[in-house]
Amino acid sequence: MAKVGEVKLIGAWPSPFVMRPRIALNLKGVEYEFLEEKFGGKSDLLLRSNPVHKKIPVLLHADRPICESLVIVQYIDKSWPSSGPSILPSDPYDRAIARFWAAYIDEKWFPSMSGIARAQGEEAKKAAIDQVAEGLSLLEDAFGKISKGKPFFGGDAIGFLDIALGCFIGWLRVTERTQGVKLLDEAKVPGLAKWAGRFCADGAVKGVMPETEKLAEFAKLIMGKFKAPPPQ
Amino acid sequence: MANPKEVELLGLWVSPFVRRVEWALKLKGIAYDYIEEDILNKSPLLLRLNPVHQKVPVLVHGGRVVSESLLILEYIDETWKQSPLLPRDPYDRAMARFWASVAEGKVLENAWIALNSEGEEKERAVQLATEALGHIEGVIKGKAFFGGEGIGYLDLAIGWVSHWLPVWDEVGSMKIFDPAKFPTTVAWAGRFVEHPVIKEKLPPRDKMVVYFRDKRSRIMASKSHV
Repeated sequence: MAKVGEVKLIGAWPSPFVMRPRIALNLKGVEYEFLEEKFGGKSDLLLRSNPVHKKIPVLLHADRPICESLVIVQYIDKSWPSSGPSILPSDPYDRAIARFWAAYIDEKWFPSMSGIARAQGEEAKKAAIDQVAEGLSLLEDAFGKISKGKPFFGGDAIGFLDIALGCFIGWLRVTERTQGVKLLDEAKVPGLAKWAGRFCADGAVKGVMPETEKLAEFAKLIMGKFKAPPPQ
Repeated sequence: MANPKEVELLGLWVSPFVRRVEWALKLKGIAYDYIEEDILNKSPLLLRLNPVHQKVPVLVHGGRVVSESLLILEYIDETWKQSPLLPRDPYDRAMARFWASVAEGKVLENAWIALNSEGEEKERAVQLATEALGHIEGVIKGKAFFGGEGIGYLDLAIGWVSHWLPVWDEVGSMKIFDPAKFPTTVAWAGRFVEHPVIKEKLPPRDKMVVYFRDKRSRIMASKSHV
């Protein structure tokens, strides 16, 4: 079991990517020090620990940095093997499937999510929202096949793919509110809509998933900063 | 040992992503059937097996379908335990995965953009690819290969640099793969392409030049018709 101080996580509360290792550490019952980055700047520690990307999250385990949220989650799974359930599935094929969808989420689906905020004009916004909905439809299909009737992608307990997708639920709800659309629509993606509720209620997730209200305020703050006139 | 019909690989002769899977299969001594895809005329088989991305490589093992080359490498490593590709230690594994994602996301992606663009877009892409390669230069640290004494996962992931990047540099009139800037990486590349398993599966350079030159023209032409 890690001593307090041996495990640190550099991150920020609104970031879905930071949420991933936090959920993993919670699942394993590992205590860690959360080093919160201030919005708008990057600490020396972050720049030193992640010189390539200069991004959060970064896990520091006995002072060795590990970067990239999904790499960190797999590292946590292997480093504390006897604590809590296995985060990755035990079968190599199931692992390949979980990793495939996680890669899809990061490389295709998440960029379409951020595309909504960037879209200029009604038509572009609608196209961006449709893209996100299409992706969710694919993921709904995947959920059906992978969960095989169980509550999570990982089966009875939260696993790798639950973490990879679930971290975005807060931001999905903010997008639903600000755009006036339903994305986790019970009619269109019933499996995912129910899964989202179960995920957010899980003990490993509750403390780290920010309330939609708080996230919405934060979203307004950063949008405000982007729209503000440049300083003289 | 896998029954030859039990492992199938859908591929494209010139694809570095397909090659890295073949290298892995060969290093582990796994027999497989190779099916060449015409990427401009995708087969119903490919569309059925990889509906999400419609890309090669796709590995089919006893009916199980795995796509995305780096994920296929992990699947192969976890299914056939001989000649391990990834290190055992969790931290070393994390480092191998991290550097593979840097090589893929920052070197390869930008080198490809640089190859198929011009002007400011090209310059920026060259700069980003060079910067990322600079980080990777320090990773090998005096070992023969990224995997240590022998070839491992990270060597296979970065392997395209040894044979494809010099071709892209030539076709794109650029110099990312620079021995003056990256002596360690270039030296590793020389050792990598001489390895018997790797050497056997390198597409012919002259055909590659023709292929990428043609592809570059088509991409540039489609850009100007926006």
